Amino acid sequence: MSDETRHVISILMENEAGALSRVSGLFSARGYNIESLTVAPTEDATLSRLTLVTLCSEEIVEQIMKQLHKLVDVVKLMDLNDYPHIEREMMLVKVDVQKHGSCDQVKRLTDIFRARIIDVSDKTYTIEVTGNRTKLDAFLQALSEARIMEVVRSGSMGIARGSSALTV
Amino acid sequence: MELTGAEIFVECLKAEGVDTIFGYPGGAVLHIYDALYKEAEHVNHILVRHEQAAVHAAEGYAKATNRPGVVLVTSGPGATNAVTGIADAYMDSVPLVVFTGQVPRHLIGNDAFQEVDIVGITRPCVKHNFLVTDVKDLASTVKKAFYIASTGRPGPVLVDIPKDITAARCEFDYPKEISIRSYNPTVKGNKRQIRRAIDLMLESKRPILYTGGGVVLSGGAAELTQLARELKFPVTNTLMGLGAYPATDPLFVGMLGMHGTYEANHAMHQSDLVIAIGARFDDRVTGNIEKFCPHAKIIHVDIDPASISKNVKVDIPIVGDVKHVLVDLLEELQSRKDWQTADTSAWWSQINEWRKADCLKYEQDDESIRSQFVVEKLWEVTDGDAYVTSDVGQHQMWAAQFYKFDKPNRWINSGGLGTMGFGLPAAMGVQIAYPDATVACITGDGSIQMNIQELSTCMQYQLPIKIITLNNGYLGMVRQWQEFFYQKRYSMSYMDALPDFVKLAEAYGHVGMRIERPADVEGALKEAMAMKNRLVFMDFITKRESNVYPMVPANAGHNEMILV
Repeated sequence: MSDETRHVISILMENEAGALSRVSGLFSARGYNIESLTVAPTEDATLSRLTLVTLCSEEIVEQIMKQLHKLVDVVKLMDLNDYPHIEREMMLVKVDVQKHGSCDQVKRLTDIFRARIIDVSDKTYTIEVTGNRTKLDAFLQALSEARIMEVVRSGSMGIARGSSALTV
Repeated sequence: MELTGAEIFVECLKAEGVDTIFGYPGGAVLHIYDALYKEAEHVNHILVRHEQAAVHAAEGYAKATNRPGVVLVTSGPGATNAVTGIADAYMDSVPLVVFTGQVPRHLIGNDAFQEVDIVGITRPCVKHNFLVTDVKDLASTVKKAFYIASTGRPGPVLVDIPKDITAARCEFDYPKEISIRSYNPTVKGNKRQIRRAIDLMLESKRPILYTGGGVVLSGGAAELTQLARELKFPVTNTLMGLGAYPATDPLFVGMLGMHGTYEANHAMHQSDLVIAIGARFDDRVTGNIEKFCPHAKIIHVDIDPASISKNVKVDIPIVGDVKHVLVDLLEELQSRKDWQTADTSAWWSQINEWRKADCLKYEQDDESIRSQFVVEKLWEVTDGDAYVTSDVGQHQMWAAQFYKFDKPNRWINSGGLGTMGFGLPAAMGVQIAYPDATVACITGDGSIQMNIQELSTCMQYQLPIKIITLNNGYLGMVRQWQEFFYQKRYSMSYMDALPDFVKLAEAYGHVGMRIERPADVEGALKEAMAMKNRLVFMDFITKRESNVYPMVPANAGHNEMILV
């Protein structure tokens, strides 16, 4: 097996029923790995933008790109690894803050990570964090003293820096 | 004028120039069948006896004509029965448009009677599929379906039509042109790559053209033949490519791969330049990929970029339609004044040495009929000019080895999926496309029983197919592998209780013949071929434990063939 690299693939596809399952079905049928997958319509409602993160060798990513391109619903795609790019993920974390002092501790960590508390109850804080994957991992690690009740991660989104753009 | 969805459907077929469809009615497509009833003079509907056969018949039609085959089946079991044929067409890049009925829109997802998510089921084995959700989209969807199926790398496209849409009304307007922003197959090959390819071809001392089904599909057989003859390069064909280059031509070294010829496989192994055209380096062709063509640079021409460097790393990829690229290669060659190839005389002497192994030799005694002998005699009796369909197994390999196809679109078999039960319905499709042609179905006692009900369809439409059953009482290829690799433990490869095929054929209203002696083979074939208007079922009782040779065993290299 040659070396596996993490690839962030951006896909612009028709916003049509079944399009997403064509992409995910391709990965399962051909035995490709999906680390995360996130999708939503773009400013043009006929198009969806999908970011897919996969761990694979150079030969496999070449096949993945070709096979994806072959899907009739896929309009355009790019492997962001070929470009300087920015990757972001959003995470929502619900933490139990009933233990004495944990309110302050969680608030402090939230500030350090430039996160935000977006919901408060007498027993819980819910925090929104945005960043790349490693930052989110680090935040969860830092929170380990507190009791984490729930974690929701969006999966990575990516965009190329500068004037490179994935548009029709 | 406003038409119903069912009427629009039929108008679309007419606009596409569809003269024949293969199908089977049922609840969800009753409106469509009613509309077809009124248009029977324009669209000829062939009623099969099982939906799988409808798809294979459409494949046979498409493979013989290079026009898309059209299928119409009902929802639920009608649709699922069609899946094997659809998967078969996907593997062999056969242009098909398959229409399935669906339950009315308000019942979709309701576990309604005869409901199945056929769009979901077929997603991995179609080129594309559609669920029509508005009658206004019906005509444009049909247009897209034909366009996608027949352009680029061809393949099956499925259109699922809910029953209420076939009753709804709207204005009919069939789009003349269609463009799909996300679908633009590359037709022309890259000029620079074409120049580099010709450079390599003229330098090569041990070249070989390895050509596949893509040549047949693109209609590029004449151009391939011209290129090979100009360069005087040896040609080997894949199973799917047989006929793309004339098999009786001296440059032809036979089929390659698992049951390819000794000379073709050794030439691949020793070659310094493999020119792959419309072939996809399938595992049955390459054998052990680690040992594949160790000395060769590889040029690969294919319409599907995903086929390039999928299994084998390619040096010069050329994405484009095979015929267009062949024309450009010829042009590039002819643009070079006084071009000449490197000296290939040593290469040809070596190839002729390999030929001396006479790898396809067999002995026909007076006792039991050899299958190879039947196929050779069939080739002689039909002047090598028949359309030959086959099923899957030993008989398929013998047909490929011993019927020397000189023309493309004549050899019609299930290569990629390897579908037993393909041969007879495929022959129906061919015979319907070419009513006056000689159509032979070479099959086995196992395969023929997988769609034998189609003998009834053949009677209904008076299809004078000649069925050549090579009956050894075994699932021969399974038995061969069990002999070689499982110490002759013949697990379930014995066909106990075979029917009396002669009586069976007669029961369906056809002519049945049983041939048991080698001396009777030729006479029987001539007698059968003389019955121009009758289907003749020929049951050849053949040598029981005969093996297909030569053979590249699994995981071996091309140079490690077993001769006998």
